[in-house]
Amino acid sequence: MSKSRSGANHILRCAVTIFAVAIAAPLGAESMDHKAMAGGIMIENAFSRETLPNQPVAGAFMTVTNTNDAGDMLIGGTSTVAGRVEIHEMAMQGDVMKMRALADGLKVQAGETVELKPGGYHVMMFDLNHALKEGETIEITLKFAKAGDVTVPVVVHGKTAQSSHGAHKH
Amino acid sequence: MARLSGRMKTALWGLVGLNVALITWVVGISPWLQESARSTLGQGDYRLQATDGTDFTQASLVGGPTAVFFGFTHCPDVCPTTLGDISVWQEDIEGSENLDVYFITVDPERDTVDILTDYVGWVPGVAGVSGSREEVDKMLESFGVFAKKVPTEGEDYTMNHSASVLLFDNDGQFFETIRYQEDHDVAVAKLKMLVGL
Repeated sequence: MSKSRSGANHILRCAVTIFAVAIAAPLGAESMDHKAMAGGIMIENAFSRETLPNQPVAGAFMTVTNTNDAGDMLIGGTSTVAGRVEIHEMAMQGDVMKMRALADGLKVQAGETVELKPGGYHVMMFDLNHALKEGETIEITLKFAKAGDVTVPVVVHGKTAQSSHGAHKH
Repeated sequence: MARLSGRMKTALWGLVGLNVALITWVVGISPWLQESARSTLGQGDYRLQATDGTDFTQASLVGGPTAVFFGFTHCPDVCPTTLGDISVWQEDIEGSENLDVYFITVDPERDTVDILTDYVGWVPGVAGVSGSREEVDKMLESFGVFAKKVPTEGEDYTMNHSASVLLFDNDGQFFETIRYQEDHDVAVAKLKMLVGL
């Protein structure tokens, strides 16, 4: 009687462990890779850069994948660290750096991945409420026309980071 | 027939004349114009204020190698990374402590000398420069630098501007340009040449 009960306990404990591992493993992996997924929109490798003293703005960069069957638009966002968030494009024209707010948003076709990176598309954060420090993780909630809100953890790298690995491009 | 050939002669002489004019332009006048444009880059009667307490004028370019670049503190990408690049270049160049670097704002309405002091303060040898809108505009023209306000949401704005770093030799003569995101080794080679002059 006691033997069979302990057997049942053992199986139960095993089941609980497997269940916990099954749940925790992907969660752990997600937080390691800084992935976020909501409404069929997947955001990966989101990063920003440490701000300089008195720099009240910052860009955030990431890859956006639309796993849905229909196209979507990234139309804006909010952040706990910024007064205002816009979707911008930077482009070099000759030696002139040009900034442009994407008034209609950034299109992400069905099944497509769009890269927001230094020198190109970026999430522009205005009126930062504190200086961003290397090593901290901030939160941006992106707004998509169809998928709705996607909240993304954004890692802050060094001042000259060119990618989510934080390495400076030489 | 004789008349026609006369016209043709005139036309041929015309072509010869055009050729002569073209060669004169290519060989003589155009390089001379470029040379004179080159030697006046940075020259003008602007007077701005630098975060090191000095006035920034055309005389600031004389007496040592100088690097000048343009930007604004409400800039998310180019300006902070260029400033960061400069701090990385300095580590790779012997004698870089002799190089005067000026970060000149294209947005003096928001970037006062006080604000620029902390903005550039973390990179050794870099001074921030600001002044009145009028003097900044004079300076931009003297350096042949483009800058334009671009409205964003609300009352806010951002700036389009030239993103290159301009290098000047000991005599204040324009020496070279380091383009935005120029290869690190190329940038360092240019600066080594400038500092070694």
